[in-house]
Amino acid sequence: MKFTIKGAVAALATTTALAFPASAELTGTLRIFFNDQNPAPKEAMEGMVARFGEMHPDLNIELTLIDREANKTQIRNYLTANAPDVNGWYAGNRMRPYVAAGLFEDVSDLWDGPMGDDLASTRPALTLDGKQWGVPYSYYQWGIYFRQDIYDELGLTPATTWDEEKANCQAILDSGRKCYTIGTRFLWTAGGWFDYLNLRTHGYDFHMALTAGEVEWTDDRVRETFANWRELIDMGAFIDDHTAYTWQEAQPFMVNGDAVSYLMGNFVVAPLREAGLTDDQLGFYQFPEITPGIPMAEDAPTDTLHIPAQAQNKEAARAFLQYVASAENQTIVNETLGQLPINRNATVADDKFIQAGFEMLSNATGGIAQFFDRDTDAELASAGMEGFQEFMVMPDNLDAILDRLERVRQRVNED
Amino acid sequence: MPANSDPQTRSWWSANQIRLAPWLFLAPGMAFFALYVIFPIFQSFQISFYRWDGLGEARYIGLHNYEDLFDDPAFYTSLRNNVKWLLLYLLAIPGGLFIALFLNQQVRGIRLYKSLFFFPFVISQVVVGLVFAWFYNPSIGLFNPLIGLFGFSPMNILGNPDTVTYGIIAAGLWPQIAYCMILYLTGLNAVDPEQVEAARLDGAKGWKMLWYVILPQLRPATFIAVVVTVIGALRSFDMISVMTNGGPFGSSRVLAYYMFEVSLSEYGFRMGYGAAIAVILFLIMLVYIAFFLWRMWREERGY
Repeated sequence: MKFTIKGAVAALATTTALAFPASAELTGTLRIFFNDQNPAPKEAMEGMVARFGEMHPDLNIELTLIDREANKTQIRNYLTANAPDVNGWYAGNRMRPYVAAGLFEDVSDLWDGPMGDDLASTRPALTLDGKQWGVPYSYYQWGIYFRQDIYDELGLTPATTWDEEKANCQAILDSGRKCYTIGTRFLWTAGGWFDYLNLRTHGYDFHMALTAGEVEWTDDRVRETFANWRELIDMGAFIDDHTAYTWQEAQPFMVNGDAVSYLMGNFVVAPLREAGLTDDQLGFYQFPEITPGIPMAEDAPTDTLHIPAQAQNKEAARAFLQYVASAENQTIVNETLGQLPINRNATVADDKFIQAGFEMLSNATGGIAQFFDRDTDAELASAGMEGFQEFMVMPDNLDAILDRLERVRQRVNED
Repeated sequence: MPANSDPQTRSWWSANQIRLAPWLFLAPGMAFFALYVIFPIFQSFQISFYRWDGLGEARYIGLHNYEDLFDDPAFYTSLRNNVKWLLLYLLAIPGGLFIALFLNQQVRGIRLYKSLFFFPFVISQVVVGLVFAWFYNPSIGLFNPLIGLFGFSPMNILGNPDTVTYGIIAAGLWPQIAYCMILYLTGLNAVDPEQVEAARLDGAKGWKMLWYVILPQLRPATFIAVVVTVIGALRSFDMISVMTNGGPFGSSRVLAYYMFEVSLSEYGFRMGYGAAIAVILFLIMLVYIAFFLWRMWREERGY
């Protein structure tokens, strides 16, 4: 008898939930592991949780904030041993190992609804094997941030073509400054340069084929990309000794005016402002065209939330992801983060650089890449970025670097 | 009177208590040693024959990881750096000895000086690494102004593949010298003053006194200093991780760091390959450990 009653109650609960989705009662505990402890992301996440908690008063939400770097190693443990209901991670190939090992929950059903249309721009980045494995909450543009006041002083305007870029750079070098600051101690900054040079030299499709391991690294087209890079290196466009600096340690060169621009993600704006640069001194422009006629593609790394396959409260987790994806939430969260919402109905914050990024990404007809280390296989990513750093210091080693990368690519493809 | 003191009722336990007690005290330690040291060694051997990303199914591939390893330039770079570490780290021993000799005197406030010299060993290696990384920093560090005083041009120690390993070893030597110094200071306390007196009457002084009278008496301290220094050099990891992450482009890696990188770091998913590196490192260490055990055994027998 007990069995039937239970079944009846369950059936009733299901029909009620279907009939009144808005009033569906979520109960139990929702455990969230979020991968950022920095002030703005912390505030954004805590706000998100608080608002969701108000909508579901019977739901007990436990939020754990994990350091960004620590999460990269801990995720392997908690997904297998003590899975939360929602966890933070990244789109693109970075989620492949967990998808392949069956540790992420398939959330294609969420994407099949109206949410999928609202988030359409990042659907490819969250799709593996034809299914969607998570929900994005934010992304941000990459581009060249520059000292507007120094450009004005030298009578320069931001370049739109490669020749203009090099001419500007020569003028900057002649004034006794460096064109670009960069700190390659943590290799990924060099990955940004490679992404843009390759995207602009050969376009999105070639870049994605290369990062997916479908093109040989010793291909002549790859060499063309490096040849363009070498033009800047031979000019002395980059600051000296960049291998010794982190991306933060490279900022003072720009703040002090020893270097004039920085190819970086939008997160560089906040520290540059804190260092005393005003919005009048600081400008942003899109990485210029190299091969004429190729549609402009951009790097815009997407931050995402996922449901582990072993989550206990998947019903609440799905409801939470749906809320995360909503226009209302994405407007508030990205205002706090200083980044761009992905939901197309969300409002973009009133900030010079965010507006510029929003316009640039809306018109990115070429496509949106994640970033070198998220688009490639992990092993190739580390070997590749190491090679880029070596190339920036010793451009003559190019042949050896490309041979090495090709060997790694072949081994990865064998697996 | 308690019942168990009665010889008639003496149990097996009280009869064998003295013989068993040490083993019982050792048992937890031995169990943990077997579980967390001995067992993982064999487990590493086993994993090194597999291709495994730490999550999915492990696939048996025989010696393939080792073949890859012997074809991998990064492996040879790490091996070469390990040799550099091993040779240069041994400088800590004479360094520690001379500081100990210098400090082994009765002067007002000598304890303060001793503790100042010992200080670097107390600080965490991570902090030492950070401090030296700032010291070497080409834009804000003190190193370049310092060598500028002697007419040298600025250098990018940690960003140059030719100098980076030496830069890290120098940082590592700082606490290691302090450690050796303490070992020798303790050893010097045990030097027999009568022998020194006798040698002095025979006309020995300076280098001869040190070489023929003091050093032989410091042999136990030297032995320990060599052992800890060699092992310290082979397991060098934290300094490299903090100061360079193995860079620039992998030129400051050592085996321990490379193992961490391929198996456990942000882009590492190759547990089998990492285990193969660990096995090689273990075999290298085994050579030293066997050599020291053999010497220790010989000396014990000799005296």
